[in-house]
Amino acid sequence: MLRMASSFPEEVLEHVFSFIYDDKDRNAISMVCKSWYEIERWCRRRIFVGNCYAVSPPMVIRRFPEVRSVELKGKPHFADFNLVPEGWGGYVYPWIAAMATAYPWLEEIRLKRMVVTDEALELIAKSFKNFKVLVLSSCEGFSTDGLAAIAANCRNLKELDLRESEVDDLSGHWLSHFPDSYTSLVSLNISCLGSEVSFSALERLVGRCPNLRTLRLNRAVPLDRLANILCRAPQLVELGTGTYSAELQPDVFSSLAGAFSGCKELRSLSGFWDAVPGYLPAIYPICPSLTSLNLSYATIRSTDLTKLVSQCQSLQRLWVLDYIEDIGLEALAAFCKDLRELRVFPSEPFAQEPNVSLTEQGLVSVSEGCPKLHSVLYFCRQMTNDALATIARNRPNMTRFRLCIIEPRAPDYITLQPLDDGFGAIVEHCKDLQRLSMAGLLTDRVFEHIGNHAKKLEMLSVAFAGDSDLGLHHVLSGCENLRKLEIRDCPFGDKALLVNAAKLETMRSLWMSSCSVSFGACKLLGQKIPRLNVEVMDERGPPGSRPESCPVEKLYIYRTVAGPRFDMPGFVWTMDEDSALRLS
Amino acid sequence: MEGGLGLLGVSGGGCSGASTNESTVSKVEVVVDAEASSYPIEAELELGLGLSIGGGSVGKGKSSVWGECGRILTAKDFPSLVSQPHRGHNNNNNNNNNSNATASACVAVSGTKRAAEPVSHEGESPTSISKLLCGSSQVVGWPPIRAYRINSLVNQAKASRSEEDKSFGEKDKSNDASKKICNGNKTNATGNEKGHLGFVKVNMDGVPIGRKVDLNAHTSYETLAQTLEEMFFRSTPPVSSMGGEKQQSANLSNLLDGLSEFVLTYEDKEGDWMLVGDVPWGMFLSSVKRLRIMRTSEANGLGPRFQDRNGIQISKPV
Repeated sequence: MLRMASSFPEEVLEHVFSFIYDDKDRNAISMVCKSWYEIERWCRRRIFVGNCYAVSPPMVIRRFPEVRSVELKGKPHFADFNLVPEGWGGYVYPWIAAMATAYPWLEEIRLKRMVVTDEALELIAKSFKNFKVLVLSSCEGFSTDGLAAIAANCRNLKELDLRESEVDDLSGHWLSHFPDSYTSLVSLNISCLGSEVSFSALERLVGRCPNLRTLRLNRAVPLDRLANILCRAPQLVELGTGTYSAELQPDVFSSLAGAFSGCKELRSLSGFWDAVPGYLPAIYPICPSLTSLNLSYATIRSTDLTKLVSQCQSLQRLWVLDYIEDIGLEALAAFCKDLRELRVFPSEPFAQEPNVSLTEQGLVSVSEGCPKLHSVLYFCRQMTNDALATIARNRPNMTRFRLCIIEPRAPDYITLQPLDDGFGAIVEHCKDLQRLSMAGLLTDRVFEHIGNHAKKLEMLSVAFAGDSDLGLHHVLSGCENLRKLEIRDCPFGDKALLVNAAKLETMRSLWMSSCSVSFGACKLLGQKIPRLNVEVMDERGPPGSRPESCPVEKLYIYRTVAGPRFDMPGFVWTMDEDSALRLS
Repeated sequence: MEGGLGLLGVSGGGCSGASTNESTVSKVEVVVDAEASSYPIEAELELGLGLSIGGGSVGKGKSSVWGECGRILTAKDFPSLVSQPHRGHNNNNNNNNNSNATASACVAVSGTKRAAEPVSHEGESPTSISKLLCGSSQVVGWPPIRAYRINSLVNQAKASRSEEDKSFGEKDKSNDASKKICNGNKTNATGNEKGHLGFVKVNMDGVPIGRKVDLNAHTSYETLAQTLEEMFFRSTPPVSSMGGEKQQSANLSNLLDGLSEFVLTYEDKEGDWMLVGDVPWGMFLSSVKRLRIMRTSEANGLGPRFQDRNGIQISKPV
């Protein structure tokens, strides 16, 4: 290899590269020249695979031989809302099996929306001697037996986080598998588990791990045990309570309040299932230093919520139910000037009539009062173009804006117009908008706005919107940074897709369900574009048994260098060069 | 809209997508676009028909499209082992959404007794019934809320109501819990000590892929059994790719009455397998962990005894 006189020795380059962690930067480095590619690939320690089917385990291992940390994502986002039938895929086992031999020093595995079996967990437990971090976010397929294997074998485990996973909860006994000699726990999140773990085992575990900073308990931990746990971990920074409900008893209250006061480092609270207002004052002493508060399971009402948030002057993130109402959001706007992220969930999502007084006004208030607000998820029942425009003008620094109006296709409730202009204002003013979910009555015009203005947009979610292919065309042709597009129940068909077929290779994935894309168009896309997997999901039977013009139920298109996958269930078909033969 | 896209031209539309910072992506031939514009026109017409996504109920729109493109096979297409002349109920285009989730969630009000009897709602569109149960939303995955969050809300609502069967159509708040479920198959991971489960797994003998059903969507055994029948005894999963399952030869009669080739069983909190239907519904709810549709031949000796239609005991009590 020709070396330029001015080039650095490899060791120096490697040292420099070791300060670069971000994937995009690393990718950029590897493209500079062949020698940099080589050096970089040998010293990359962390890889992120946004779609586990975009690349195969052997390919990853071949390129990056010294990896210590792996992050994989499986199912499409709409799987969260039951739009992806069970058995679709996203199995992690092949990855674990390949890495077990290739990366014996693997330390961290982070998975999202993947199917993880007990076998996979057992393989992790016995293959990686220095295993430290396991994060299973919205995963499924494993039981508490698998967790027992991890607890029993991973001597150096620091983090076990099961956030929002579906676990076959056989019993709480798995926690007792952590040996008495195990003391390295830093973060434990079992909030998704149903069974009771042994409280004494939990207390002993907490007591012997001096570095514990994050503890998210599950609902089964009663309130009267919380004080004991807190007293053993006064260094906690993040706490998720169990059930926050008990008969009001002064001694229970005072020990709880005392325990909370003792946790001087506590910055984040969550849990609060079934919260009763009477016990809320126990956390008042630490409210001023809280930066993150998740009350989205707490059924307390606006008066108590208002009192609570008014004391949290340092709050940066709030997740709450719509019980907070407009009045509580006004208080939030008045007292929490450091707020960055707000999520408001519906307390009765299926009720016909509103059960609380939460309107567009609440969000407008927060947008006015909180200058750092940049991330919003808001469920409500009514919206106006004016409100959206006001929000947009107030918060040009918005980066994530997700609005959900409970009733699909709801218009501006005052003017009865579509909400095109409102969302148009959002994309026009918020130039750094990365993620957008829209709601309400929307025509092709809103997509024109998006295509024209949303140049930094990376992820767009669309439902019950648009009039024609032109809408989809605007987005595909205009949004230069679009990576993920998910669409349901929109009248988008073949034309926009086929005309913008090249765009699809520049994106991570496209999901379309209950739209008008024909089987014929899917076949065409699959055959013509080599590095796309065009997967058709249809539970009615083989799409080949219906006319080609028939729309497919669900379509998932993603770019890949690994070719079509082979672990598809019976209701998924890949369109590729051979599909014409296989599907007849 | 034809005109609109025509103006945009063939090459303009296709290549604009390539203008990104991704340096590793190869340029796709513009040839694709030429083919796109010469795509059969009749596709346009067929797509225009029927799919009334822009307005009107999702359910009705879907039915007409599928009517053109192919039938969903129903129970009528398959011979049943025991004739049940009145049982024509299920699948006449009841898939107002493409996922089984809706079928399971949009449960019919049967009002039948446990013994085999004609289903009173025969011929009625499930969409209207689901409206009763699910409020305004009969759409899968809407509003877009994670299942665990919904289950958590349901559990909180349930905590304040009794576990006895309630009649449908009550508009009081405590019934919101049963109306809350239109989201189909996701397991509830927050089944807590009170025993309020949401989604439980259902496996059927001979079927490799299990399903999930939301127990909160039901207030009686009948509706649960019907939902499961719809889930497992339709033929829509491609039979050939599942290794030639004999689903179509399984008959459709009530899983609860012991007549069919299969029986419905459940695993309780102690790990024992019991026949579904013998204890009061509320008690069942608080003890069930998962369901299994078992071949009748294997079900002998399970749980309390059950009787066939003639009242003869055909299994021994445990």
